[in-house]
Amino acid sequence: MDKVVQVEGLRKVYGATVAVDDVSFEVHEGEIFGMVGPNGAGKTTTIECLEGLRTPDAGTVRVLGLDPQRNGKLLRERTGMQLQQSALPDRMRVWEALDTYSSYYAKPVDWKPLLAQLGLEEKRPAPFAKLSGGQKQRLFIALALLPDPQLVFLDELTTGLDPQARHAIWDLVRDIRAKGKTVFLTTHFMEEAERLCDRVAILDHGRIVALDTPPNLIHGLGAEERVAFTVAGGPSPALQSALSGIGRTEVQGERVVVHGKPDGETQLVSEVIGLLTAQRVVFRDLRTEQATLEDVFLGLTGRQLRD
Amino acid sequence: MRGLAKTAWMEAKLFLREPMSAFFTLIFPLMYLFIFGAISGNEPAPQYGGQRMLDTAVPSLIAMIIGITGLMPVTMTMATYRERGILRRLRTTPVASWVVLAAQVIVNFAMSCAGMLLLIAAGTLVYHVRFEGNALSVLGGFILSSLSFFGIGFMLAGSLPTVRSAWVAGMALLYPMMFLSGAFFTVDLLPKAVRTISAFMPLTYVVNLLRGLWAGDAWSKHVLDAGVLVGLLVVGVVVSTKAFRWES
Ligand SMILES: Nc1ncnc2c1ncn2[C@@H]1O[C@H](COP(=O)(O)OP(=O)(O)OP(=O)(O)O)[C@@H](O)[C@H]1O
Ligand SMILES: [Mg+2]
Repeated sequence: MDKVVQVEGLRKVYGATVAVDDVSFEVHEGEIFGMVGPNGAGKTTTIECLEGLRTPDAGTVRVLGLDPQRNGKLLRERTGMQLQQSALPDRMRVWEALDTYSSYYAKPVDWKPLLAQLGLEEKRPAPFAKLSGGQKQRLFIALALLPDPQLVFLDELTTGLDPQARHAIWDLVRDIRAKGKTVFLTTHFMEEAERLCDRVAILDHGRIVALDTPPNLIHGLGAEERVAFTVAGGPSPALQSALSGIGRTEVQGERVVVHGKPDGETQLVSEVIGLLTAQRVVFRDLRTEQATLEDVFLGLTGRQLRD
Repeated sequence: MRGLAKTAWMEAKLFLREPMSAFFTLIFPLMYLFIFGAISGNEPAPQYGGQRMLDTAVPSLIAMIIGITGLMPVTMTMATYRERGILRRLRTTPVASWVVLAAQVIVNFAMSCAGMLLLIAAGTLVYHVRFEGNALSVLGGFILSSLSFFGIGFMLAGSLPTVRSAWVAGMALLYPMMFLSGAFFTVDLLPKAVRTISAFMPLTYVVNLLRGLWAGDAWSKHVLDAGVLVGLLVVGVVVSTKAFRWES
């Protein structure tokens, strides 16, 4: 099966709030698909409609070829789900949670290696209530991997995790994909979406405002690139005018910043370095700044806080 | 099936780790037995039909276990699991809702049995309590009464919106029932108005049934008690399966 998730005209309304408004997209087999968007954009609502936990008001949803409303049990057998909000009984221990939840699946994976992979081995006998936020999150990811799922839903994958855990989980998610499985995640970290996801959908006010690979999204924004460097004693007028030929140039004392639009062919940075080398200029502290997915995100969704 | 066995085993461990449930189902009735024993002594009393107060205390306290377990652990566990999102997490797995409910029934029934056995053991060993009934008959009455009360617990947990409201409702039912059902005092000695109220309390029928069976009555003498409890059980099963919700 090529299309693991197919969504057509999905709509979900809560009273006067249109949480998801005519959303259509597809997720392909073996990709890491990310959904980003401001608070309240409708990410959780969308993902939970796909999981069969919420009933859509309109539209068709197919996950692994199944209708989540009608074939929920079969779907839950083959998918793993990590929810943004859920809990376990306070006094349930880590190993007991994995052991009990394994018994709900026909062919669960062995949970002991998962414990190690998620760095929870030391916490094996710890009760749920005594885990830190990040440890709980990792336990829920482990639970989501128990059914050896074809598709994993991860809502707010690394919220509340430290950088070590975040990188470990990125590796884990890449491992899942390497096994041919598909991952559908939501996140608030643009760096995470950019580094991890094959394709990213940006959701705002319940609608998809952009959907593409991270490089295409960034390129599509047409954001400018900057190259900054320092020349002892400041740039000579000749150098300044030569740099202006490449892009808009600003000089502040010894610091020089060249702005340019990426045109896809030559890179601004190699043009600048080429010129500096040709003119035998000694420079230091050279930095380049490129647009990131965060720029795309803020460009599309604005900078206002959401309620 | 494997899921049910594992879940029931897990829930049993959680029950025993929860100090409140374990105390009220296992220890509290035992405490009352010793208090009764200390107050009434070992002499037969006319208001207990020539029996000692202690002889009727054991079946009464078994009825109390049933009331407590149905209205406290059963209600609170289900209400808490829903409010905290524990049922929500379960819902992402293929496990069926009946497994979740059945595990609670099994565990709470087993714990009530344990409470009953402790009570009988203490009553027999310490006070040489007399038993003139048929053990199977008493067990049958115990099963019927327990299941009826679990039904009340599930109905409360399923229909009330929060853990707090389920707690308040459980207590509001439990306390008057403990005092007015005849579990503590013989209702015949209380004013008529109180006896009328008592007739509307499910626990009254449990007390009557268990005391009777304990003293050797045949079931035919307790058709009303059994009928009320069977009716309650049917309502409980229908309403609690209908009212079951995975999330609030
Ligand atoms: N059960 C509900 N009842 C009423 N309104 C809801 C419910 N669930 C979500 N909403 C509303 O729907 C909108 C979308 O919510 P959703 O949780 O899908 O956002 P989100 O993108 O996941 O946000 P976040 O990043 O904060 O998790 C919000 O305005 C929210 O208030
Ligand atoms: Mg969300």
